[in-house]
Amino acid sequence: MRHIANSVGRAAIGLVEEFGYYLALTVESLYWLCWGRVRGQPVRLAATVAQMMETGVAAAPIVFMLSFAIGVMLAIQGIYTLRQFGAETQVVLGISLSVTREFGPLITGILVAGRSGSALAARIGSMQVNQEIDALRVMGISPVRYLAAPAVFAMLVMVPALTLFSDLTALFGAAVFCSFELGMSHVAYWDEAISFITVDDIMQGLIKSAVFGLIVALVGISNGFAVAGGAEGVGRATTRAVVLSICYLVLADMLFTYFLNR
Amino acid sequence: MSDSAQPLAIEVEHLVAGYGSRRILDDVSMQVRTGEIMIIMGGSGSGKSTLLRNLLGLNRPSSGVIRLLGKDPSGLNADERLALQKNIGVSFQGGALLSSLTVGENVALPLREHTRLAEATIAVMARVKLEVVNLGGFEHMMPSQLSGGMIKRAALARALAMDPKLLFFDEPSAGLDPVVSSELDDLILKLRDALGMTIVVVTHELESAFKIADRITVLDHGRVLISGPVEDVRNADSERIQDLLHRRSRPVHLSADDYMRRLTGE
Repeated sequence: MRHIANSVGRAAIGLVEEFGYYLALTVESLYWLCWGRVRGQPVRLAATVAQMMETGVAAAPIVFMLSFAIGVMLAIQGIYTLRQFGAETQVVLGISLSVTREFGPLITGILVAGRSGSALAARIGSMQVNQEIDALRVMGISPVRYLAAPAVFAMLVMVPALTLFSDLTALFGAAVFCSFELGMSHVAYWDEAISFITVDDIMQGLIKSAVFGLIVALVGISNGFAVAGGAEGVGRATTRAVVLSICYLVLADMLFTYFLNR
Repeated sequence: MSDSAQPLAIEVEHLVAGYGSRRILDDVSMQVRTGEIMIIMGGSGSGKSTLLRNLLGLNRPSSGVIRLLGKDPSGLNADERLALQKNIGVSFQGGALLSSLTVGENVALPLREHTRLAEATIAVMARVKLEVVNLGGFEHMMPSQLSGGMIKRAALARALAMDPKLLFFDEPSAGLDPVVSSELDDLILKLRDALGMTIVVVTHELESAFKIADRITVLDHGRVLISGPVEDVRNADSERIQDLLHRRSRPVHLSADDYMRRLTGE
């Protein structure tokens, strides 16, 4: 009994510590992004752009493929369900709302966690193992400014951008399927979709996706910095970063959906 | 040779440090004079790496005082600490070159981050530093393309980039063949003589230690056994020091009962 209480207590302290670390990392990254230039130690544009290319642009093809498939899948399921009420033509409503509010951000978030969250953890982790982080520190170069801030900024900008792209692609996928199955013209489909989607729906998805981006960045970076124990440690950190960020992503999604829809 | 009237580059007073409840350094005191080469020597687990990490500010001591170039880093604000860090160069054991940058970019990194020099000037300065360590013409190589000795020299070039007053060198000869390691020793002597740098070298290589040292500090189990000129260390009475100097293995003092207990894991 005491043993259980002990481990629960330790886990709780660990969790509080972890969230405290995320908060500190966010604050410090934002500090360097806003005030670094004034202090004469700017966050480098080149590093930020490289990170944005890696996180955003390089992920576009796979986001396209997945989102297109999700769009088609939603159309198939929607038409199948609504056919029972003879209301197949109403499928566009369901697709437009679920894509912009839910599937776009979530698919993008999970994809970025798998692609870039793991890459961040692995890169920073192996730098930690090779004492590169120590070297930066003794040279007076803040590792947060040099490594974390560009990644945080890139995620905050590129994940919402990718989400927008994913929304459009999924809607396009559904349009293609609807035109096959229901003989619906693309013009009619988009007309209908646009009439259903409000700015609010899109914004809900984008706000969510910015938070998802932040989660992926923080979890990846902090797991990277926490690496100890050589190559095996790097592997563990990478796995942990992906699994944890997807968990946090889904939990955050649930909370957001609950609060934004009250 | 060092002059005892010169100001102290490093002062360590009653330093206690460790990880969690494990105490690694116990009441360590030592001094490094300006312009001398101080060797910190000791076997594995003696605490020399921990001492170095504390000197570099990578670990916080539990108690005790460290002063580098007359300043206590823990009492400085961010700007003052940065000013101090610019006067300190460090060459890590594995080199710790950023693997995503070329050798030249690695050497230029401190200049790029801490000065407002033009890019062309920085490139020239980086090449000059690489020339100092005999790596001229290698600036476009990636660290992964270099041999062990070249990596150490490139790391040294990066440590020299800001023309530091104080240079730390962690295990310069570890993993190198005797010729390369002796070249590095000559380079360290040259730096001290030509630039008047204060140099602290952490090593367990006896030969290189006696070749370059002005003074030696011997650590054992987290305590300073002796800290003094080379001759004093060579002639020290302490059995432990003589064991270290003559590569004698440690006698194991363990009673038969204790030995049995250890084997049976009780």
